[in-house]
Amino acid sequence: MSLLRIEGVWKHYHGQSVLRGIDLDVAPHEVVCLIGASGSGKSTLLRCVNLLETVDDGAIHLDGREITDPRVDPDEVRKRIGMVFQSYNLFPHMTVLDNITLAPRKVHGTAPAEAEERARQLLERFGLADRAGEYPDRLSGGQQQRVAIIRAIATRPRLLLLDEVTSALDPALVTEVLGIIRELKETGMTMILATHEMAFARDIADTVCFLDGGVLLERGSPEQIFTAPEQPRTRDFLQQVLGRL
Amino acid sequence: MTDGTRPGVSSAAPWVKSERQIRREAELRRRSRRSISVATASTLLVAVTVVMAVTASPGWPRVRETFFSPAAFVEAFPDVLRGFGLNIKIFLIAEVFVLVLGLTVALVRGLRSPVFFPLRALAVLYTDIFRGIPTILLVYLVGFGVPALQLQGAPDDPVTLGIIALVLSYGAYVAEVFRSGIDSIHPSQRAAARSLALTHGQTMRHVVLPQAVRRVVPPLLNDFASLQKDSALVAVLGPLEALRQAQIHAAWSFNYTPYLAAALLFIALTVPMARFTDHLAARTARRQMGGGGRA
Repeated sequence: MSLLRIEGVWKHYHGQSVLRGIDLDVAPHEVVCLIGASGSGKSTLLRCVNLLETVDDGAIHLDGREITDPRVDPDEVRKRIGMVFQSYNLFPHMTVLDNITLAPRKVHGTAPAEAEERARQLLERFGLADRAGEYPDRLSGGQQQRVAIIRAIATRPRLLLLDEVTSALDPALVTEVLGIIRELKETGMTMILATHEMAFARDIADTVCFLDGGVLLERGSPEQIFTAPEQPRTRDFLQQVLGRL
Repeated sequence: MTDGTRPGVSSAAPWVKSERQIRREAELRRRSRRSISVATASTLLVAVTVVMAVTASPGWPRVRETFFSPAAFVEAFPDVLRGFGLNIKIFLIAEVFVLVLGLTVALVRGLRSPVFFPLRALAVLYTDIFRGIPTILLVYLVGFGVPALQLQGAPDDPVTLGIIALVLSYGAYVAEVFRSGIDSIHPSQRAAARSLALTHGQTMRHVVLPQAVRRVVPPLLNDFASLQKDSALVAVLGPLEALRQAQIHAAWSFNYTPYLAAALLFIALTVPMARFTDHLAARTARRQMGGGGRA
């Protein structure tokens, strides 16, 4: 059974359709990369899955249960989904450790000592052990984004959404963030990534989806999408971003 | 680069200040000395002109006698100072309630659930009305209106009534200050908190408010400087605070110097507060410039 099932999802903004009937299934432990130009609907789709946006039609199911039903408590859904943003969105008035332990303590009822223990383990594992007491603005962009990823996985979500998490970073800092995502894949984390890093998508994805104008135009294995795209629009896009094909 | 080292390569030789840098610093020192002397000269010129214009005016001897009489000052000062103690008390008590009321109203206005619609409407109505009424009018209304109702248990002590009037008036301003602070927190912070499954209340309490409050401290202090002065408005209800004491002395001696004494006391309280506000505002500005990476 799929972990996440998106069925015919539509979203409109100011009379414009940003998502036009998206269908997508994500199996447990699968890594799905969403590619496409800016404004193609990648971020909106992720925000709909997390219920930060309400869908205008269609349905989204998590673990076989419809989460777009208005009777469903969004907080219960979000407890099982982690999200990482392009602009990190760390809480600037909290230390790294407090950023990570806030949700475990306040939402999941984890004892403070236990939450801190787990946060320190994660920081250790991702090479940030010495930054636990720092405030976010003392960290580099790459470090901030790694902390944001740790914050999102500290509650052991079923699904992790990553919204262009390297777009705000220097090229030199991109690698460290991609490294942590690769490690998460090895632990079996189910992930959906909106990304502009084509080489990385090709390397890490089980499935690549090409979005164009709110339509999921083509999906397939990275091999198929990057070497033999069927749709002309996919070919054009890849040619533009890769400069060759 | 003139000494032949390449940029980015650290040489082992310690830095010795070059001739050029020594000349440059001497020039900068010369310029700063010059700015100071120009500023001093122009300040002196302005001060002398003002003093001369005032003292040369035809009514000056009379004004000096009625507003700057040392004898009247010494006579009135102890009473005015004692009265000023009451101003400080009024201000301190009012300040606490103003903060509580302002924050409550601001938070109520942010509630989303339809259940709270009446409360939200009430909060809007409150800020609209009480920001519109001149404070002195409110002091009269509460000070004379509430006792006239003859309600069981309603306060009739003029100091308490004065404090209530000030709290109602300033609570409306401070509510708006808090609300602007809450609105100034970028939506991405809420999105991040909500995506972690924090509820609306938890998001406010742990993420939005701590940042908002830090941001509004300078405008809050500004309102409090104003509240300090307006504690004198309670004088119209009769309690013996600084302005009332000054009035009594002035009426008795036909000399206005006691008012000057009261004014000096208010200045002595607000100036340090104003400097502190400036200091905090400057610090916030520095932080915002430094913290460019925040969302």
